[in-house]
Amino acid sequence: MITVRDLLRFSPSFRYGAIILMVVVVLIILSYFSPFEPDDRRAVPRNEPPSFEYLLGTTSTGQDVFWMLTFAIRNTMIIAGVAVIIGRTIGVLLGMISGYVGGTLDRVLSSIVDSVIVIPRLPLVILIASILRGQITIITLAVLIGILDWAYPSKRYRAQIFSLREREFTQTAVFAGMNTFKIVVQEHLPFLIPFLLADMVSGFLFAIGFEVTLSILGLSDLNAQSIGTMIYWGNYYQALLSKQIWVLAAPIAASVLIVVGFYLMSIGLGTYLDPRTRLKRLEVRG
Amino acid sequence: MQPQSSTTLLRVEDVTKVFSTRHGFSSKEFRAVDEASLSLDPSQPEIFTIAGESGSGKTTLARMILGMEKPTSGVLKYKDRDIATLTSREKRQWFFREVQPVFQDPFATFSPLKRIDHYLYETVFNYQISDRAGADDYINAVLNEVGLTFNEIKGRYPNELSGGQAQRVSIARALITRPSMIVADEPVSMLDASLRMSIVNMFRNLKNSKQVNILYITHDLATAYYTADRIAIMLRGWIVEIGPVSKVLEEPLHPYTQNLKNSVPDADPDKVWTERISLTDLDSDGSGHSGCKFAGRCPAVMDICRKKVPPNFERQGRVVKCFLYE
Amino acid sequence: MSVIVEANNLKAHYITHAFGVQRSVKAVDGISIKVSEGEVYGIAGESGCGKSTLLKVLLGAHQPPLTVVDGSVKYRFDGVEMDALAMGEAARRDIRWSKVSYIPQGSMHVLNPVRRIQDTFRDFIQTHRSTSAREAHDMTRAYLNELGLPEKVMRAYPHQLSGGMRQRVTIGLATILWPKLIFADEPTTALDVVVQRGVIQLLKDIRQKEGSTLILITHDMGVHANLSDRIAVLYAGKVVEEADTRTILKTPLHPYTQYLIKSLPHLDERTERVSIPGRPPALDHPPSGCRFHPRCPLAIDKCRTIDPETISVRPGHQVACHVVTEGIPHAASV
Repeated sequence: MITVRDLLRFSPSFRYGAIILMVVVVLIILSYFSPFEPDDRRAVPRNEPPSFEYLLGTTSTGQDVFWMLTFAIRNTMIIAGVAVIIGRTIGVLLGMISGYVGGTLDRVLSSIVDSVIVIPRLPLVILIASILRGQITIITLAVLIGILDWAYPSKRYRAQIFSLREREFTQTAVFAGMNTFKIVVQEHLPFLIPFLLADMVSGFLFAIGFEVTLSILGLSDLNAQSIGTMIYWGNYYQALLSKQIWVLAAPIAASVLIVVGFYLMSIGLGTYLDPRTRLKRLEVRG
Repeated sequence: MQPQSSTTLLRVEDVTKVFSTRHGFSSKEFRAVDEASLSLDPSQPEIFTIAGESGSGKTTLARMILGMEKPTSGVLKYKDRDIATLTSREKRQWFFREVQPVFQDPFATFSPLKRIDHYLYETVFNYQISDRAGADDYINAVLNEVGLTFNEIKGRYPNELSGGQAQRVSIARALITRPSMIVADEPVSMLDASLRMSIVNMFRNLKNSKQVNILYITHDLATAYYTADRIAIMLRGWIVEIGPVSKVLEEPLHPYTQNLKNSVPDADPDKVWTERISLTDLDSDGSGHSGCKFAGRCPAVMDICRKKVPPNFERQGRVVKCFLYE
Repeated sequence: MSVIVEANNLKAHYITHAFGVQRSVKAVDGISIKVSEGEVYGIAGESGCGKSTLLKVLLGAHQPPLTVVDGSVKYRFDGVEMDALAMGEAARRDIRWSKVSYIPQGSMHVLNPVRRIQDTFRDFIQTHRSTSAREAHDMTRAYLNELGLPEKVMRAYPHQLSGGMRQRVTIGLATILWPKLIFADEPTTALDVVVQRGVIQLLKDIRQKEGSTLILITHDMGVHANLSDRIAVLYAGKVVEEADTRTILKTPLHPYTQYLIKSLPHLDERTERVSIPGRPPALDHPPSGCRFHPRCPLAIDKCRTIDPETISVRPGHQVACHVVTEGIPHAASV
């Protein structure tokens, strides 16, 4: 099984990814110690560029960019986290039921899944969000994103279950007297876990991307701080035109960094798990 | 055919299994098992071999006997109950206690992510063989019967064991419920030649001491001859010859059995092949012809063989599917 | 008879460094063999004996973590000696398939699945000979015909052929340029028994036609009986006995060989046969002294501590066993 320590030692990309995400976690924790409330306006002097006192500067509504960012990262990650949990739960359950039961139920479910996949998600979400405009909370947003992102993964889980079902050890379990539920949970789930991890990373990335997109378009909860809403408000108050770049640079840099961090980690994980590089790792040194 | 006895242990009657694959609008049919019949007598345990090459249908037949596939036509009965109509519950409560499998690849038989004793414990508890306190002792006793001790394998993953050890554990697991019949599909073909003998000897002992019937599926005629009491030779879904193993393999009647026997290389320099065979013969698969499935390659082929399907004839203590014995 | 390939005290280990621990699997540990031109040299042994590793090294196809730590492998073609291990990539490519070729166990790996058979052959032939596409096709057709393969094989893709046909095509590919030295790694193991007989016959014919040397690696003693002139029996990385086929099969001297031969079932007797007790040793921690001593019923004290040397019992018959060298009487025939 994978040892995290070995992973850190072996894969530079995993290492860097992990470092970045550590930073993100620290920032999230810091958000609980913020001296300001997220929507405190005029708490600090307006439009200050980054300085020692105001690390990332301040906005035109008199908010400290750094502390805003900590809230923003926290909320964005909450949204992404909830979305991933909802999406993957649906995906895994559907995929496994479909894969294990097979037959007509599988055909019906698969047709539903295939239809859902084809739906263009961004226009749909924009539509829904515009209708719900003004009533969206963070959690609503998370749920919305979550129920969009289960279709494709569920197909892959189904495929995995299909192949696992044919493996001989499944038969051994059957003859050992195990019932279907036991077999799925005890025999098959362990095989799905590495795949699930990689899939969750991709889910995170998708959710973050969507949240930022929606918020920039002004379609999410604009009273909550999130990376996307920071950018939105920055634009709203014309930060670019008035040369207050720091207001926009901070959230953009943060989002890029988070995505890159996750991505590096998943690359590192993938390379580590690849049997060919595994062999090279054990190569003779010297 | 043999006269129907009132209770047979296993009765396979005219069983056919057809697989159809769909290519667009057309479908291709493949008769994996074609009107196969055999039976096992409950009065005396025996080792019954089903022998054949790849594509002969022996594995499909074994899977149907284990209830893993349903026949397209015909019936398979275990102790007079139709195997194909058993529900999962009935299987767990009765059938699996009586019939257990041993598969070819011991490393595929167990999940590489689970410790191997997991399957032993599951079998013990799911069939209420023993309570928690006595489980270890029981498992150890069964492992002893296959030449292992629990200490050797407890807590280990399958890849930590050798092929021979893992296969023994697989056999031990099958023995836990004290089954009346074990269906072993190529149990020794992935093991080294010297190991094979120990496993095959073990089968002989199990039959004698534990009264277990063993359905031994293989392509290896040498171990079949050594181990089995009766043998059925399969060719592309048919059982072409069936009878006591000494008769069938010492004086084979069906031309295919003769061909098979002559193709086994003997590790004796005095018995090396001297005749040449024709290589082109090997490729004619004869599918789509009516008549005998071996007609394309048979040295004794007659006109009638290409036109009509040969029925089964009883000759010299066995059943042969060949017009030569009309 | 000139020697075509010679290995001298060859030692090849798998050396791995994981989590700060160095592990050395001594897969080939001091093997010396001499193969004469034109003979069929059989290498017999069971899983874990090191025969696949030996093959890799003899071909010069070893890669880390497999490292040659001692010894040499030399080829001799037309009087010119070549060091198989020190050869450069260009030289290796040059002799591959034209002088030295290799028939692998699983035929699917050699044939390109997305090319027709005739194209694979044509590319192949044109890499080593300057011929036109038409000439290459003709050559292929003629040769495949000799192998008993029907014309339709030319335009087929590998997956459309049966296992037996694929293996024959692979043998065709490996021998069409008539290499002098052919390595065959379990060439018949995955095949049906009837097809196996055909392939064995084929290998015999090919060998006889051009006088090529065939090094046949298989655990199946029946195949050795029908093909090999001489057999070297491998156990735990060493050659324990080497002699002509008849001697190995009828009057072997090494206890392991004796056990091996005695445990084989024959299609004409049902008497109880013995099996070898125990298991082959793990090669990262081989037993001290003679590697067979934990399982050997005849082991004496010396066997536990001193690794037996290979002694020539008769011309052409070598054994590495203290019991044999000391002349201790034990059953000499099986």
